[in-house]
Amino acid sequence: MIQLRPGPLALTLAALIAVFLLMPLISVIPVSFTPNRYLSVPEGEWSLRHYRALIENPAWAQGFWLSIRVGVVASALATALATAFALGIWMIQPRFAGLLMGLALLPMVAPPVVSALTLYFFLITLSKVNSFVAYDTWAGVALAHSVMIAPFAVVLVSVALSQLDRRIDLAARSMGAGVATRVFRVILPNIRFTLVTALFLTFVLSWDEIGVTLFITSVNAVTLPRLMWMGLRDNIDPAIAAISVVLITIVVTVILAKTFWQMRRKGRGD
Amino acid sequence: MTARHIFLLGPLLALLGAAYLLPFLGVMRWSVTLPQPGLGQYVIALTDPLVLGVIWRTFRICLLVTVLAVAAGYVLSLIWVRGGPAARLAAELCILIPFWISVLTRAFGWLALLSNKGILNTWLEHLGFISEPLTLVRNEFGVVVGMVHFLIPFAIFPLASSMRAVDERVLMAARGMGASRTRIFWSVFVPMTRGGILGAALLVFVFGLGFFITPAILGGGRSVMVAELIYLRIFQSPDWGLGAAISVILMVAVGLLLALMMRQVKAATK
Repeated sequence: MIQLRPGPLALTLAALIAVFLLMPLISVIPVSFTPNRYLSVPEGEWSLRHYRALIENPAWAQGFWLSIRVGVVASALATALATAFALGIWMIQPRFAGLLMGLALLPMVAPPVVSALTLYFFLITLSKVNSFVAYDTWAGVALAHSVMIAPFAVVLVSVALSQLDRRIDLAARSMGAGVATRVFRVILPNIRFTLVTALFLTFVLSWDEIGVTLFITSVNAVTLPRLMWMGLRDNIDPAIAAISVVLITIVVTVILAKTFWQMRRKGRGD
Repeated sequence: MTARHIFLLGPLLALLGAAYLLPFLGVMRWSVTLPQPGLGQYVIALTDPLVLGVIWRTFRICLLVTVLAVAAGYVLSLIWVRGGPAARLAAELCILIPFWISVLTRAFGWLALLSNKGILNTWLEHLGFISEPLTLVRNEFGVVVGMVHFLIPFAIFPLASSMRAVDERVLMAARGMGASRTRIFWSVFVPMTRGGILGAALLVFVFGLGFFITPAILGGGRSVMVAELIYLRIFQSPDWGLGAAISVILMVAVGLLLALMMRQVKAATK
């Protein structure tokens, strides 16, 4: 039971920090309605032209669908490989488990630019032998993304397994269940929420990925973040403001819905 | 190695080995073979005034960003962990919403707010405070603001978990012995959360070292940091040897800091 609550000074400072955190997200809203072709605040006249551009310029829809496709493939692949790996560590408890774990988490802790260089080199090499999984192709991007996001799934699944009661697995084994039965009928059903969470988190990470994508694509595999990057670098395109408003609205809606749902559940007391 | 080892652990390790480890060895090889064999590129990286200037700037910016992000994160975590129900909910939303929004949208938000025709400058000009727009982005100030904004949520997670672990009875004992609220905070609460402070500081610093997107957008090519320098050396002025050498140096620096962090975590859990 917390008895000492933060005082007025802490609350005031926190309010200022909260403003700092939310300010840039709010400022994109007026800018997205500017009638001008450059970044500016609308004065008098408000316009929807940049929202119209999102619909009329096919590049945005292409980027959107490409990001969805890459995200779905990369998150499915990453979650599957990561789950198998975490299961292996949990069931077999191999020697050097710490070392293997460190290896699996490497892309998460290495500086993104080093990973980008590494994956660029990898895809360039693959380009020499095939043109499907290669530099600047959607499959190449999906493979690179799955390398980058798999560590996050490894962490989530490992934490879930560490909280799982080993005796469930031992009971199944003592009754003669094989490895496949233990995995698919006993262990995985017990951590199914974590698997869904891992799929969701890795999808979002792939959807937002830019640090590596920037190095491994040029003109063909232009994901949504890659397209935004192009509009941000030199002459800032206010269409970025419009797409930002759309993305922020999605995030805020999901988070508010989740918070509301949790509060209702708590209120009902279950 | 049994069949099960290969089945479960193999796929992810094979992918990481092929897509990450091998190419990284390739990058290391570039650093000592391009343009000619030898350690020449490392000598350049550690003596050339331009490269040293960038390394020094990266270090300076990261240090400042670490202090600011950890201080701001501490105040907000305090409210998130120990505030009343309403304050707690508000703090949680202010932490989670920016956290889930992509780095590009957040950097763009700062452009919308701070650039020459952005909200702040337009507003100040209308009120007659300034006649010329203030230069708030495309310089180091913009980079620091954008990085602090991005890293505050990452500082908060370790801070909040160390605050949740504080034993309330210790605070009550201090209160019982007549300590003032200020004294309890500074001499009891803060020392009890120092593990979280150190963890948050190391995490923010390590993340900051590899930052690429935020400095590239908000620094406008004027305050280049290490990651952007690597990008420029590889893609703009083909100077692969030097780019690779700087990558290896960055990787070693991050590795040393992470080892320090692991030791800290181990010491804290003992």
